[in-house]
Amino acid sequence: MSGHDHHDHHHDHDHSELSETQLRVRALETVLTEKGYVDPAALDVLIETYEKKVGPRNGARVVAKAWADPAYRERLLKNGTPAIAEVGYAGRQGEHIVAVENTPKRHNMVVCTLCSCYPWPVLGLPPVWYKAAPYRARAVNDPRGVLADFGVALPQDTEIRVWDSTAELRYLVIPMRPAGTEGWSEEKLAELVTRDSMIGTGLAKSPADLK
Amino acid sequence: MNGAHDMGGMHGFGPVEPEPNEPVFHGEWEKRAFALTLAMGMPGGWNIDMSRFARENRPPGDYLSMTYYQIWLAGLIDLMKERGLVSDDEIAAGHSLRPAKPVKRVLSPADVAQTLHRGGPTARETNSKAAFAAGDKVRAKVINPLTHTRLPRYVRGRVGVIESVRGCHVFPDSNSQGLGEDPRWLYTVKFDGRELWGADTDPTLSVSIDAWEPYLVRA
Repeated sequence: MSGHDHHDHHHDHDHSELSETQLRVRALETVLTEKGYVDPAALDVLIETYEKKVGPRNGARVVAKAWADPAYRERLLKNGTPAIAEVGYAGRQGEHIVAVENTPKRHNMVVCTLCSCYPWPVLGLPPVWYKAAPYRARAVNDPRGVLADFGVALPQDTEIRVWDSTAELRYLVIPMRPAGTEGWSEEKLAELVTRDSMIGTGLAKSPADLK
Repeated sequence: MNGAHDMGGMHGFGPVEPEPNEPVFHGEWEKRAFALTLAMGMPGGWNIDMSRFARENRPPGDYLSMTYYQIWLAGLIDLMKERGLVSDDEIAAGHSLRPAKPVKRVLSPADVAQTLHRGGPTARETNSKAAFAAGDKVRAKVINPLTHTRLPRYVRGRVGVIESVRGCHVFPDSNSQGLGEDPRWLYTVKFDGRELWGADTDPTLSVSIDAWEPYLVRA
């Protein structure tokens, strides 16, 4: 499972550089709380929501349902937002979701070159690399090079379609369903769906990867 | 604005570096900066386009040397300072030094789930007719506004095809300046990779953007 697992240790970043920012954030929170503009308990709920509740497991359930249920797949491709709401996901940074499907002929990849637009209700908050310069710069003119950074190579004749999220539409990639998964339950299929496969920088896992 | 945020097609940043088992936040301050930014939207009264402009509107060297949440924090502080909600001496002191300005609403813990669920849809009803239809050839205008725009530099002047008509949406170029929502028709416009990057580009590549009608002319 990618991206949304929790770990008890944090990497040690440059403390001298970050301590100034840490102090500044702490000072700001105190000022805003004293002024009554923010309730720290609301901050805790916001953090808990995106650490524990909203993440790529949501999107994986949507993709698995699309793989298993042809009528759902059709609804999802036709109008993403209500189809995703059927599974229970909606809201901020997912007000207008468009699902795009990978096929043997076409691979989709999603980027936001201008900032960090990302479908929060189904994927959670974006990983650092999605928001950082190397990906934002290169996804639109060298997507195969980007895929190589992720260890993914596609056939040379596969069409590559990059979606730059410049407005409030948010894109969700439906990866190709792996072979050898006929008859699998939605729950089991969802285990094959990685975060990166829903951005288009990865492929779904194969049944062998689960072993 | 032609800022450092507009990165599509730039060279020299090196490879993408995925972080195995990446945590949602890297350290406590990122959590608090993220949550403060979301929570201040309600009392602050700004819109998402103003927030984006506040983040991108800084010297390119600064933008490129800051982490993502450092940019969010800087944008948040700018928005609050512009509205007199907080000042530098208060942040330096770590305490409020002046009475609070009256604000409309403060986000309560009980409000969070509903506020996130409601989100901020940008589609608007309209009586106007869309100027373009799927299949039309369009050229992205060459513009260089000092203010916020969502037309990336790498498509300006390039010819593409309208792939989808997406309805009428709040226009960031107006909304970011406090000029109202000014909803305009929005289109997904698809460009051939060679039109954007030259003849030696991978012929299998196409790139789309979502573009409001004022960004486009018929080609």
